[in-house]
Amino acid sequence: MDFAQILANGVVLGALYACLAVGFSLVWGVLNVINMLHGSFIILGGYLTYFAWQMFGIHPLIMLPIVAAFLFVVGYALQAIFINKVVTAPVLVTLTLTFGLDMILYNLMTVYFSATPRQVTLGLGSIQLFGVYLPVVRLLGMALALLLTGLLYVTLRGSRIGRAIVAVRMDRSAAALMGIRVNRIYAITFGIGALMAGAAGALFAMVFPITTNLSGVFLGKAFVVCVIGGLGSVPGALVGGLALGIIESFSGVLLGPQHALTVGFLVMLLLLIVRPTGLVGVKGYE
Amino acid sequence: MRAAKVLLFVAWIAVLAATPFFADNNIVRTAIMLAMYSVLAYSWNFIGGFTGYPSFATAAFFGLGCYAGAIVEHAGVPMALAWIAATVFVALFAAVLGAIVLRLRGHYFAIGSIAIVEVCRLVVSSWSSLTGGGNGLNVPLLMWHPNTVAMFFLYVMLGLLAIVFAITVFVDNHRLGFGLKCIRQNEDAADMVGVNTTRYKVIAFVLSAFLCGTAGAVYASWVGYIDPTDSFQILLTVKVPVMTLLGGAGTVLGPAIGTAAFVVLEEFFWANFLSWNRAILGLIIVFLIFFLPGGLLNTSFRRVVRRLRGRESAGASA
Amino acid sequence: MSDYLRLENVSKTFGGIRAVNDVSFALKQGEIVGLIGPNGAGKTTLVNVITGVHPASLGRVIFQGEEVTRQKPFQAARRGLARTFQIVQPFPEMTVLDNVAAGALFGGSPEGLAEAREHAHRHLAFVGLDPIADQPAASLTLPNRKRLELAKSLAMNPKVLMLDEVNAGLNTGEIDTALDLIRRISERGITILLIEHLMKVVMSVSQRLLVLHHGALIAEGEPQKVVNDQHVVEAYLGEKFAKRLKEMGHA
Repeated sequence: MDFAQILANGVVLGALYACLAVGFSLVWGVLNVINMLHGSFIILGGYLTYFAWQMFGIHPLIMLPIVAAFLFVVGYALQAIFINKVVTAPVLVTLTLTFGLDMILYNLMTVYFSATPRQVTLGLGSIQLFGVYLPVVRLLGMALALLLTGLLYVTLRGSRIGRAIVAVRMDRSAAALMGIRVNRIYAITFGIGALMAGAAGALFAMVFPITTNLSGVFLGKAFVVCVIGGLGSVPGALVGGLALGIIESFSGVLLGPQHALTVGFLVMLLLLIVRPTGLVGVKGYE
Repeated sequence: MRAAKVLLFVAWIAVLAATPFFADNNIVRTAIMLAMYSVLAYSWNFIGGFTGYPSFATAAFFGLGCYAGAIVEHAGVPMALAWIAATVFVALFAAVLGAIVLRLRGHYFAIGSIAIVEVCRLVVSSWSSLTGGGNGLNVPLLMWHPNTVAMFFLYVMLGLLAIVFAITVFVDNHRLGFGLKCIRQNEDAADMVGVNTTRYKVIAFVLSAFLCGTAGAVYASWVGYIDPTDSFQILLTVKVPVMTLLGGAGTVLGPAIGTAAFVVLEEFFWANFLSWNRAILGLIIVFLIFFLPGGLLNTSFRRVVRRLRGRESAGASA
Repeated sequence: MSDYLRLENVSKTFGGIRAVNDVSFALKQGEIVGLIGPNGAGKTTLVNVITGVHPASLGRVIFQGEEVTRQKPFQAARRGLARTFQIVQPFPEMTVLDNVAAGALFGGSPEGLAEAREHAHRHLAFVGLDPIADQPAASLTLPNRKRLELAKSLAMNPKVLMLDEVNAGLNTGEIDTALDLIRRISERGITILLIEHLMKVVMSVSQRLLVLHHGALIAEGEPQKVVNDQHVVEAYLGEKFAKRLKEMGHA
């Protein structure tokens, strides 16, 4: 395979990774919570998209906003009911709690959806550009992933809610003094995290087969992207996602696809030790 | 007070040790698992409980112990020596790794420790020539009567448990334990009063690892077959802290009590609700965090005792 | 008497910003030296440099004839370079007694836990906290936290004690108590570097003053002389204050 093709594959993958991780990064950055549910949120989004397409023939692009809205509600509720109660507790507590919630969600999905890999097949064919071969559905996935990530960026910068989120991210108590209802912002942020996960899941279901067994893998990717790019920032997630996509694409070709994941984790461990603030740094709050 | 705790613990070991004489194979198997999980929980307690570092690396130590023991035994080394080799290997691994990752704090440390488990699993499953890859590895089985084998492994695990408990009691009453508690509460201040925080944390990390390695090797010899997904379970890595938290982290009896409660619950749910096992475990975690935030020991028993003695201090324990 | 603690051309930069710039001075055994300067002058950074929290970028720190520039904080503590924090740093869930015992156990001479607690009682009695030795540190009031901080440092058997704003947030009565404690600590032969905002406090106990401004040492010497120094007046005190101090001195 030639260089341009590998790079193109990496960029497509990377855009999806950015969309996959940006919600996780936001929740970590704003709530200081490592959301172990994130992988399962993605799977849930993917499954809902798949079943709507398979059973009712609803096009994934129509399903995407519906799935995203549904997951926002799920995320908002989980945060408001459970996680807000311990949001200031040490990481051991919040991480364990979200892991416990994840086990419940995961179990529900394996029982009701089973672990069979499922993929939406749209059959859009593929195109060739400058000798690089690209399936249209992947291009579509990439474009939507970038669009969604960009939308989140604009929302955080431009809207009242977005600015409130950024304020809470910077200084919780100062934001509270300014009249921001911090718990509500937390719930909204967690909801947005779940929303982005659900949307990413819908995109993934169009591009790759999805199964519950992948929830841990997706979560792992979110970790790696966050550490590479830095916490809580949209540009950081974008840089981290693209970096991981390209790293995986090249190491997959050079070392064999089974090692791509290992390399990603090793890069992350290395970065954690050398530069724990990520490539973009903690300053990029928005 | 200390004597009473040790006595309680000895009684508990005696109960477990007596199971082969009055209970069926299934109960003896549960007793072995209980002893093994207790070893893991007590080990985790050093880093997670005393030192307050949210380590999720237990599965890495256990899995590496499984594989180190199995590979060495596979090469023809006697079983007991293989266990010792696995212990030493895991201790060295933890010492080297600890010196690096313990510079991270909080969330980054947690993520880093999870990544260690994943990297270990991925390396073991792709290094097929040494580890058999995804096909797993067979370990020579003991050719004794099944009951004798079970009894043997039970006593070995209980021996490990006695060792880790002895270390816990020692650490708890020693400057090491005091220093670790200082680190948990305020690491910078601990540094300022003269605690060699790096050294103490590495010691705690090694303590949290080496007997997990032994337990892994013993486990491999007991079950006779290991594979990467079974040995490096991410589930195990969360289960063990949950057991310790359930009992009371940073206490001497907490891990034993938490493990016992957890294993009994788990066995019951396994037997009755097989397909909902994971969800029920999740419910236990949620329940634990909301209703027993300090663990069984810290929420009820301790306060009751203190109140009875009339020296419950204002605003104690958060 | 020779220099006890000496700084030679010490500089500390944080990503291009010079927090401490070419500072040299020496402390003699048993002295009380005041370190003053406006906010952000680099006073706390200087303490961090001495105790190894942020080792100097340039220059040397010499303690009892030994170069200690690159030491770690815990090594500084064991050598007898103790400090208190501007923002107090207790071990919140431990008792007051165990907070001080930690200082004795790790920073002082190595001994058992029981002995460390015994020592701790003595130091608590000295600062007047012995009656509440069994309370958790988190429950203390601010003045008591400051005293706890002091007792903890004393338990470390210090040779040089750096007190970073121990009087901030205290009322006049509490300050007088604190000053009395500082004098009594000094009588034991412990060198004290007193970082202070309140000129009244510095002037009343210091034998010598160091003035830091923008990271550089702009004056050093007898308190009365220093506060009349033209540079210091311009940089820090302001004309009015200097005048008042002068009048006080003559009165």
